Amino acid sequence: MTLNMGPQHPSTHGVLRLELKTDGEIVADAIPHIGYLHRCFEKLVENVEYPGVVPFTDRMDYCAAMNMELGYVLTVEKLMGIHVNNRVRCLRIIMAELDRISSHLIAAGTYGNDIGSFTPFMWCFRDRETILDFFEETCGARLLYNYNWIGGLMFDVKPGFEKRLIEFIDYFEPQVDNLNKLLSDNFIFIRRTANVGIISPELAKSYGVTGPNLRGSGIKFDVRKDEPYLGYEDFDFEVPVGLGEYGPVGSCWDRYMVRIREVKESCKIIRQAVARLTPGDVHESIPKRVKPPAGEVYMRTECPRGELGYYIVSDGSTKPYRVKVKSPCFTVMSAFREASRGTMIADIIAILGSIDIVLGEIDR
Amino acid sequence: MLSYFKDIGLGIITVLNSMWVACRHFFTRSVTLQYPTEKWTMPERARAKLFNKIEDCIGCSQCARVCPTRCITIKTEKRGKDEPEILASDGTPIKLRTYIYDIDMALCCYCGLCTFSCPTHCLQMTPAYEYSVYAIKDHIYQFAKEKPLSVRAPAEPTTASF
Amino acid sequence: MQSIAQLLQLIPKYDTLPEIWRLLIPILVSCLLFFALMALAVLFLVWLERKISAHIQDRLGPMYVGGWHGWAQTLADALKLLLKEDIVPDATDKLLFKMAPFIVFLGAFAAYVVIPFGVSSIVTDLNIGILYVVALGSLSVVGIIMAGWASNNKYSLYGGMRAAAQIISYEIPAAVAIMTVIIPVGSLSMVDIVNAQSGGIQNWFIFRNPFTFLAFFIYFIASLAEVNRTPFDIPEAESELVAGFHTEYSGMRFAFFFLAEYANMLLVTCVATTLFLGGWTSVLPGGSQLIPGPILFFLKAFAIIFVQMWLRWSVPRLRVDQLMYLSWKVLLPISFALVLGVGWLAVR
Repeated sequence: MTLNMGPQHPSTHGVLRLELKTDGEIVADAIPHIGYLHRCFEKLVENVEYPGVVPFTDRMDYCAAMNMELGYVLTVEKLMGIHVNNRVRCLRIIMAELDRISSHLIAAGTYGNDIGSFTPFMWCFRDRETILDFFEETCGARLLYNYNWIGGLMFDVKPGFEKRLIEFIDYFEPQVDNLNKLLSDNFIFIRRTANVGIISPELAKSYGVTGPNLRGSGIKFDVRKDEPYLGYEDFDFEVPVGLGEYGPVGSCWDRYMVRIREVKESCKIIRQAVARLTPGDVHESIPKRVKPPAGEVYMRTECPRGELGYYIVSDGSTKPYRVKVKSPCFTVMSAFREASRGTMIADIIAILGSIDIVLGEIDR
Repeated sequence: MLSYFKDIGLGIITVLNSMWVACRHFFTRSVTLQYPTEKWTMPERARAKLFNKIEDCIGCSQCARVCPTRCITIKTEKRGKDEPEILASDGTPIKLRTYIYDIDMALCCYCGLCTFSCPTHCLQMTPAYEYSVYAIKDHIYQFAKEKPLSVRAPAEPTTASF
Repeated sequence: MQSIAQLLQLIPKYDTLPEIWRLLIPILVSCLLFFALMALAVLFLVWLERKISAHIQDRLGPMYVGGWHGWAQTLADALKLLLKEDIVPDATDKLLFKMAPFIVFLGAFAAYVVIPFGVSSIVTDLNIGILYVVALGSLSVVGIIMAGWASNNKYSLYGGMRAAAQIISYEIPAAVAIMTVIIPVGSLSMVDIVNAQSGGIQNWFIFRNPFTFLAFFIYFIASLAEVNRTPFDIPEAESELVAGFHTEYSGMRFAFFFLAEYANMLLVTCVATTLFLGGWTSVLPGGSQLIPGPILFFLKAFAIIFVQMWLRWSVPRLRVDQLMYLSWKVLLPISFALVLGVGWLAVR
C-alpha cells in the first residue's frame, strides 16, 4: 500500500514528505517530496546588499549556521580579493569547528531518538548548551549568528574565552566516550543500523554525495584536506572514514560513527587553533562598502553536512546579481531513494536519520 | 552455532553497559533551570529587543538602509534655520527632525547590522527577551517623540521608505 | 474477601437481603477496592516514570503541580484528559473504536483479582490462578487489533498488527518460564506458589536453583514485550508511527490506553514478584515477618519496576524482525531447556 510519511512527522527532521510504496513491511519505493520549507532564498537576496545576505545564509541550515555564513563570506572575499589576518582566520576556524561539533551532536541525539533511545538526545543537548553559551557571549545569539562578516568578524571574543574553551573541550571529550558506551556500542543499536541503508562507494560517487555520508561509504574526501581554505592546510587532523566494522561499508552505523569521530577531530583542531591565536583587530579588513567587481565566482567549503558551494554572479553593484547555493543535503536525498529500496519501514527512519538532513538547506 | 551464543553474550554485555552508564547519570545533578523563578543571566552582547535612544538619533536612516528585512520605518524633515541647535550626547549636531521612527520587531531578524551602522550608537540591541504580546501589531515600537511641522504625518506607519 | 464479607455483616438488615445480593456485594466491594488501589498505584507509577526518566537525562521532571516535586502531575493530566473533546473520526468503525480501550483496560485490570498481596489480602484464590493471569494477557491483544483496525489509519493498522504479532510471540516464552515455577510447586494457585517460597530469601524461586534464576530473566524480558515497553515498544514507536495503534485516540479514551499500559506493567511485575521473589513473604532466613506483607510485596514490585523503567531509558528499540528472532529463536529454546532442567530436578 502507499503510506504517506507526511510533512508532519516526528522523525523526518523537518517538513519532508516521503511517499512509501510498501508491500507489508518491506518498502518498494520511497519518493521524497520536498519544497515545504522553500523560502526563496536565492531570489530574496538579489534585493539585499552583500553584508545583509549573511543573516539569510544563517537560516538555510539553521543547525550549522556558522558554516553557512563562512561559505558565503569566503566566496565574496574570493571575488573581492580580500585577505584577512591570522586572528580572524583562527577565530573563524574555532567557530566553524565548534559549530560542527554542535551540529553533529544534534545529529547523534536525534538519531538516538529515532532509533528509540531517548537519553542520548538529552545528554547531547546538554553539552551543546555550553557551546551555544560560547556563541552567545561572543556574538549575542545562540543559533543564527550573523558573526562571519565580509572581511572580518562581528565581534572579537571576550577575554578569557580561550581558557574557558579549552576547559570545555577537556570536559567534553570523555563525554563522547560516554555517548559511545551508551549508544554507539550498544548491540541493539548496531543491529538496527549496521546492515541497513547501504550506500556503496560507487552509488555515492555517482550521485555526488559529499561529507560524512561519503566518508561513511569509505571514500576519503574532505574539502578541508583536498582543497584547503582558511589555513586548514596547516592544521593536523585525521579524516575519519567508515570502515565497515559491523557489516558492509556504507551502512548507517558507518555514517553515524564518522560523525562521532569527526567530533573528536574537531576538538583537536580547536586546540590547535587556540594555540595559534595571535592578537589582532578583527575589523581590520572589513570594507566600508562592499562593491565587488563584476564577475562570477564559485567556492566550496566543508559544512557539517557535506560540501557546501556558493556561486555568486556580481554585476558590480552593491547587491548580488545571482547567488546560487549548492546544498549537500539536496544531493544526498536522491541517494536516499536508492538506498531505501527493499528495506523495512523502521529502516527508512534509520536511514533518514543517518544521512542527517536539514530541510532548511534542501529547500532553501 | 558459536556465533549464536556470542551474539547473545554480546547483547547482554552491551545492554548492561548502557544501563550502567545511564544509572550513573541518575545520581548527577540536573541542569534544568526552573524558568520563571530561576532565570539565566543573559550576556551583555545578547541580541534581543531593539532600543533607540531617540535623543541621540540624528535621522541618518543608515539603520533602515542596512536592515535586510526592512523592519525600520523612518520619516524625517529638515529642521528650520530658526530653531535652536540640538546636539546628540557625543556632540554631533542633529539637523533632521525624526517624526516617525518605527521598528517592527515581528519583522526583525535580530542580525544586529543596524546597531553597527548607527553613527551615534543610539540604536542598541538589549538583552530583554520577554516581550510577547497578544496582537502582532503591538510589536511595532514607536520611538519618535517629535511631531512634524511642515508635513502632515500619515495616520498609520507605512513600511520602510527612505 | 472474607474480611469484607464479615464487615458487611455489620450493616443493619444485611441478612435480610436475598442470597444473590449477599453473594454479589462482597465481590463488587472488594473488586472496587482493588480497582481503586490499582488506579492509585498506576497514577503513582506514571509520576515515578517521569521522575526516573528525568533524572537519568539530567533534568528535573515534574516539579510544580501539587508542590513537592510535582506529585499531583498525573492527577492534573488525567483531569485534563477528561475535559478534552471526545473525537471519534468519521470514517472509523465506531463500535470497535469505542470498545477497544475498554477491552485493553479489562485485560490489564481483571487479572488483579488473583494477585496475593498479603496473607489474606487477595480478592479470590482461584485454583487456576496463574493460568487465569496468562489467559487474560491475551485479551489485550484483541483490544489492540480492534484499535488498530477501527481507526481507519494505515499507521494504526501497522501498529496494531505489530502489537498482535509481538504479544502473541512473547506469551509463549513467558508461559514456559512460568512453568518452571509451577513444576516444583505442583499447583497453579497463586497462594500455594507464595507459600512454597516462605521461610526466607533462600527459598525464593529466583535463588532456589539456577534454572529458575534464569527463568526469572526470561520472564522479565518476555513480560517487557507483553506490555509494549522499550526495547519492545514497536507498537507505539513514537518516532516511527507517530503513536502506533492509539494515534487516533484522544481525551479519556487515550487515557484508558495509557493507564492500561501502566496497569499491565504493574501486573506483570506483581506476577514476577509472586512467582520468583516470594510474594509477600519475608526476606529473613527465619521467615519472621518484620515488615507487613503488602508493604514488602509492593517494595519488591517497585524494585522490578525501577529496573523496567531504567531499561526503557537506556536502550534503543528492536526492529520487528529482530524482535521475532529474539522471541522464537532465543527465548523459546532457552526456556524449553530450563523446563527440562527443572523437570529433571523434580524427578531426581
